[in-house]
Amino acid sequence: MALDMQESTGAERSGGTRPPQARSRWLGPHAGRALVGAVAGYAFGHWIGNVVASGYTNVQGSGQNDVAIVLALSIGVVGWLAGAGMLDYPLAKIIGREPLPPTPSKSWTRYFGPTLDHKVIGLQYTVVVLLFLFTGGLLAMAIRTELLNPTNHVFGPGTYIAVVSEHGTIMMMMASSIVIGPLGNWLVPLMIGSRRMAFPRVEAFSLWMFAAGYLVILTALPLGGFQTGWTGYAPLQTQASGGMDSYLVGFAVIGIGMICAGFNLAATIINYRAPGMSWGRVPIFVWSILATAALLTLATPTLVAAGLFGTLDRTAQTAFFVNEHGGSSYLWQNLFWFFGHPEVYIMALPGFGIVAEILPVFTRKPLFGYRVAAAGMIGVALLSFFVWQHHLFQSGINPDMRPLFMLTTELISIPTGFIFLVGLGTLWKAKIRYEVPMLFALGMFFNFLIGGISGVFLSDVPVNVTVHGSFFVLAHFHYTIMGGLVFAFFGGLYYWLPKMTGKTMDKRLGKWHFWTMFIFFNLTFFPLFFVGLLGQPRRVFEYAQNLQTLNDLSSVSAFFLGASFLIFVFNFVRSMFIDPKPAPPNPWHSLGLEWQTPMPVPPYNFTRIPVVLADPYHYGTTDGQAVADLGPRTLSLAGVGAPAGSADLGSETVAGEEGSADPRPPIA
Amino acid sequence: MSQGDETHHFRRLIVVWAVLAVVLDVVFYFAVGPHVPPGAMTSTASGQQFDFNVLFMLALPVMLAVWVYMGYALIVWRGSRAGAVEPEGGPKARGHFGIQVGWIITTTVIVLGVFIFGSIKLADAGAGGGEGPDPLWTPTSHDVLPIQVIGQQWQFTYRYPTFGGFETRQLVIPVDTTIAFHVTSLDVIHSFWAYQLGVKADANPSEDNIAYTTTKQLGTFTVRCAELCGLWHGAMYNYGRVLPRAQFFVWAQSTEHQIAANTKNLPPFSYTYVPDANGADGGFYPDTADPYSNVEQYGATTPSK
Repeated sequence: MALDMQESTGAERSGGTRPPQARSRWLGPHAGRALVGAVAGYAFGHWIGNVVASGYTNVQGSGQNDVAIVLALSIGVVGWLAGAGMLDYPLAKIIGREPLPPTPSKSWTRYFGPTLDHKVIGLQYTVVVLLFLFTGGLLAMAIRTELLNPTNHVFGPGTYIAVVSEHGTIMMMMASSIVIGPLGNWLVPLMIGSRRMAFPRVEAFSLWMFAAGYLVILTALPLGGFQTGWTGYAPLQTQASGGMDSYLVGFAVIGIGMICAGFNLAATIINYRAPGMSWGRVPIFVWSILATAALLTLATPTLVAAGLFGTLDRTAQTAFFVNEHGGSSYLWQNLFWFFGHPEVYIMALPGFGIVAEILPVFTRKPLFGYRVAAAGMIGVALLSFFVWQHHLFQSGINPDMRPLFMLTTELISIPTGFIFLVGLGTLWKAKIRYEVPMLFALGMFFNFLIGGISGVFLSDVPVNVTVHGSFFVLAHFHYTIMGGLVFAFFGGLYYWLPKMTGKTMDKRLGKWHFWTMFIFFNLTFFPLFFVGLLGQPRRVFEYAQNLQTLNDLSSVSAFFLGASFLIFVFNFVRSMFIDPKPAPPNPWHSLGLEWQTPMPVPPYNFTRIPVVLADPYHYGTTDGQAVADLGPRTLSLAGVGAPAGSADLGSETVAGEEGSADPRPPIA
Repeated sequence: MSQGDETHHFRRLIVVWAVLAVVLDVVFYFAVGPHVPPGAMTSTASGQQFDFNVLFMLALPVMLAVWVYMGYALIVWRGSRAGAVEPEGGPKARGHFGIQVGWIITTTVIVLGVFIFGSIKLADAGAGGGEGPDPLWTPTSHDVLPIQVIGQQWQFTYRYPTFGGFETRQLVIPVDTTIAFHVTSLDVIHSFWAYQLGVKADANPSEDNIAYTTTKQLGTFTVRCAELCGLWHGAMYNYGRVLPRAQFFVWAQSTEHQIAANTKNLPPFSYTYVPDANGADGGFYPDTADPYSNVEQYGATTPSK
């Protein structure tokens, strides 16, 4: 388990074939340079595309040319990566030069550039994810504004459908990384007692791809939007305007980032657990991230391939999805949902992990049924690959498979139900503290119950005939993704932000945030179950007169729901920048290994690889068993943060101590 | 904590839950059940309504179990309550074999029951969903009226192959009749959703997607497109009528004769159509060698009254 950081990452390496070169801060890789690279790449790609293809792929009457747009976006992404310094290392290796080490920095500017520190990357991810979330949220409110009235329109049909599609796509991209990115990257190494991720450069790469995906999907709006919704069904996809290229390239870019994030996390969890961190002691959040990472790695390639096919259909005139020329419109639906349904669980599992992690801390009880919880996550992950055709129940494709997909879809509710068994069991005769993270966790259980049960209605083929493609589906997946995942995410954020930033979030504002978000979330989406049952299809701008009251209730609540996020933003800005209050080392008295590290966490987390002695759920026992042996002087007792003094041991002193790591082998 | 204390909590929870579950289920069944969409205009609509009600009456006790328990726990076991005691840790709090196994068995039994129930209902002529070109579950009736639904951006049109293949923009169907909707598209994917009829089938280009239903009541119904098909998807709806049988045949035969001249200009009836790449006016032609093969499937071209 001994790690040689210098050998494997190149970090801290001084010397090499040439002396480290002092580069100006402005010329070095950072977000600004990445933006310049993106713009330059975009312009260059656009020019090339027009030179090679303006003759034959002009989109009628638009002056747009799909080849130019695709090349502009792709080369723009390469320019972005080059500007962010993501290509320095591989290019230097290719030409046989010793790559320059990244300049370690303690200044705030490190948050704007490439880094190998998983904690910096985690915070960078947090900011990008919130950008995604708030952009998508604004678009959602635009949709609800249009739906205030059944026949009077705020937007033209083109703008409306572009807004709907942009909202769906941005939110799906956001939700696929909302926990994996910020919390997964920040917490997993700390939770498993590792000093770093397995592939720090891949981790940074996944972040910059994720951010590039945000920019690419934003370009859809000036390019005229796309008309297909987030599902991008062909052949509508093939005839859609230029924004469709942003969708296809954007999903491919995000997809590659997701694959990288996934296998990096999986490799880290499998290989970098500290001695004693056996599978039976791994925190349940890590189990959920492992299951999610497996899904990311195995499901997302299908999306990238489908995006490539779609791009070729639109630019090189291939016919993957064109029925008349030998392709099949079912092919896109199959490929998309073969990714899309595991994607749904990519968005659910980390939420389960967070709430299962939060509950024991605020009930002062061990997690009930730890094995069941872990097994449930693995079960969900496995089954999620066998349910995708329930999205195609009315499509006319192989009806003989319908009972099978009905069965698998309903079976998946069994392992999903495990999380309720675990949650309810943990509450039994507990001592519940209503802190902000706990409120969000409980809210998640309330919402996800409604979301999950409505999913069983959707899985039943006869009922599906009525509710398929209606607002019922929309309400269902907003209850699972927003009510489940986003609530869990904010719970996790309130829970771990003191650790991540060293500052305390205001508790009263946090409670205001929770209650407004919880009440208005339910008032926004619960009426939509009825709207759907009463016959309103998704993505329409005109609806029956008698549904106006329900739609208006939903719309008005949606504005308040949007406002509830302002409370969070206000709280965040105030607590972090305007009036920061230092957080105590372990404000929730958690036993989690991540809370036992000094605050702020030093660059390589642990001065010595800890030896894990127990799982982090030993609440309610009086013997005060230590969770981990963090070092010769820092035997950490339950609920007590590591003593001060170990904080200053930077990474420089590590190499010498590496050899003296505990000789006990990991218990696997 | 004594064993008696646990039984005490448990008994209270069970009683509250059981009373609520029974009362609410009964109230739902009698007060709400008959009004649940999509109503009872056809066999498939009432089938879906019945399915929904059964699922809801199963789901309600499950949800109540969680809510009652959580509500109880959040009040009784709150840490701020006077006399709140430190919870017990140890192996007892980490799991309970009986409860875990019981939970797994219960959920599995419910899920398998729901699956068997849904499959039986599905086998009843496909429950109104699109079954593709080779339906697996077909109606028992031999008197099936075929109607073609053609989706295109952004409207539905309907062709009546047993009445010379005339085409209308209003869906008119007879009551007490089993109808086979042959749904196809000329461009992108649409979805034919006849809401009150309890029928939904995607309209795919070059695909014949068949859905069955049997009409039971007279009235009007709404047809909406349920699959995003581009700019005017939101405006892609119209209304249809269920007429008495005799009235329907009068309507169909008179319409057939009235618009016979128009029908001649249409492409011959076929289950699917392909855009004519060589036609200057962008027309369509049948996608099959024998466009009138429906005769084999449905017998005489004009059904008896």
